[in-house]
Amino acid sequence: MIEIRIHGRGGQGVVTAAELLAAAAFHDGKVAQAFPSFGSERTGAPVTAFCRIDTKPIRSREPVTHPNVLFIQDSTLLHQVNVFSGLSDQGIVMMNSTRKAEELGLNDWIVQHPEVEIYSFPASDLAEKHLGRSIANVGMVAGFASVTGALTKEAVQYAIQEKFPGKLGALNVQVAAEAFDYVSSHKIGV
Amino acid sequence: MKQQIEGSQAVAQAVALCRPEVMACYPISPQTHIVETLSRKVKAGEIGNCQFLNVESEFGALSVLIGASAMGARSYTATTSQGLLFMAEAVYNAAGLGLPIVMTIANRAIGAPINIWNDHSDSMAMRDAGWLQLFAEDNQEAVDLHIQAFRLAEELSCPVMVCMDGYILTHAFEEVDLPTQEQVDDFLPPFEPVQVLDPQDPVSIGAMVGPEAFTEVRYLAHHKHLQALEAIPRISQAFQDIFQRSSGGLLKQYHTDEAETLLLALGSVNGTIKDAVDDLRTEGWPVGAIQLCSYRPFPSHALRHVAHNAKRVIVIEKDLAVGNGGIVSGEVKLALQGLPTIVDTVIAGLGGRAISKAAVIDIVKAACLEGLEEPHFLDLNWEAINRELTKQAEQRRSGPTPENLLREIGLSSGKAL
Repeated sequence: MIEIRIHGRGGQGVVTAAELLAAAAFHDGKVAQAFPSFGSERTGAPVTAFCRIDTKPIRSREPVTHPNVLFIQDSTLLHQVNVFSGLSDQGIVMMNSTRKAEELGLNDWIVQHPEVEIYSFPASDLAEKHLGRSIANVGMVAGFASVTGALTKEAVQYAIQEKFPGKLGALNVQVAAEAFDYVSSHKIGV
Repeated sequence: MKQQIEGSQAVAQAVALCRPEVMACYPISPQTHIVETLSRKVKAGEIGNCQFLNVESEFGALSVLIGASAMGARSYTATTSQGLLFMAEAVYNAAGLGLPIVMTIANRAIGAPINIWNDHSDSMAMRDAGWLQLFAEDNQEAVDLHIQAFRLAEELSCPVMVCMDGYILTHAFEEVDLPTQEQVDDFLPPFEPVQVLDPQDPVSIGAMVGPEAFTEVRYLAHHKHLQALEAIPRISQAFQDIFQRSSGGLLKQYHTDEAETLLLALGSVNGTIKDAVDDLRTEGWPVGAIQLCSYRPFPSHALRHVAHNAKRVIVIEKDLAVGNGGIVSGEVKLALQGLPTIVDTVIAGLGGRAISKAAVIDIVKAACLEGLEEPHFLDLNWEAINRELTKQAEQRRSGPTPENLLREIGLSSGKAL
């Protein structure tokens, strides 16, 4: 089972990211469960959402406390919330940032966790370019699909168009396509 | 058709397929997505002959439905927490009058302290009002129970609450097989009321009844629940015949055969409990689980039949009878009286605290190896409690307890820690 925890801030589409992951997994014929952290969300406040993906029915209702994948949609959370809590030693981190690990203050952590793969890529900038809004979620989902192969590109596109009908969906598909190619051609493992 | 869909959206679709005629709802988290979706559907003309009334309160919502149901209209509402308490008088009246209203409860804690998260305090507060109460384990079952609830309510002329865990289910985005209109129409006949306000054939509903007949009327309400003990499994079977899946019933069993210890719970935590049972069985612990789907009526005989060979039943419940302990466990003890079975109460998941598989496994082992104090509070922060108790003992003006506790655990930004 893949267990994903998504960290971001209210207004950044964190819950939508979890739903897109689950919808794409569903279209790939997998079983998925997405749910928010049930806080009183406010714009700008730290928000968490979760997604589980498996090939058999998912029964657990507890929050994801031991993720094997982390999405960090807002790198300013790195030193505010314990985003790495419970992460698998062989985990994958999808980081929305243009900065290098040492600029993010992560060098020590990386040394201590040599098997964790961190992919840092500009998901917000890609959204800004295509949508005129720096919402990182679609790029994060596409980047994850590209890096892990856990979701097909087609299923991600389908989930996006289902969630955002019409022109917004088409533009988001462009975001996803660029994120997909960007991450696969920039294996940014730090 | 199978869809990846939010629980609230799925339930709204299911309610719409049941062809309600009057809905009156007041929004409150975490029920809001259900009633927003239904109001949009009515406005868009997607639910045939249906009126959606915006009301000033939950009390107004159910009062409107009492009138609508008495006029023979299929009636629906949804609420939670303080909203359910605010409609309490009408809750009792709807049942006392025998009006087959269906209401979703998106289960949530009751304040104070104010808390929007999940537990079962709200529907438990109304457990003796005379409504049937069915609890869903997942969103598929929430959908299925709503469809069964209309048939059950109208057959017995008794209101039904379908209880689904707030946020945990209402806001979970998961796979649900939504039925077709044809399937629902096959299963759910048009509403044929046993009493109706009809100008062509006038009756009065709501007589004052004195000591000469009140007990008899109450007994007949109880008798209706005894009939429900037979109707619930029958309707669940009829549902399975048409929809090709098992949903609802009085209770469900998971590895109960030859289990020495049984876990018993209501609602979504049963998913986590099943995972815990699998892990415990792998380690050689003879454990099983019972999901109580019908809480009202309480299926005492069915429960006794399933649990009579167990050495221990551990009731994990998301509620607290302050000053006594468990609510569900007390009823389980009554159902098992005369048997040597030990019944433990584990108070868990209050106000949205997560119940982890690891905690369930630990509590089973602790109960079997050392026994549990009665009641046992899962994951209680004794350090914070003891500091607060010390403070209260030391100074008269110790201040508001919730604020003190928040400071104790470092969440308050109001004052220096």
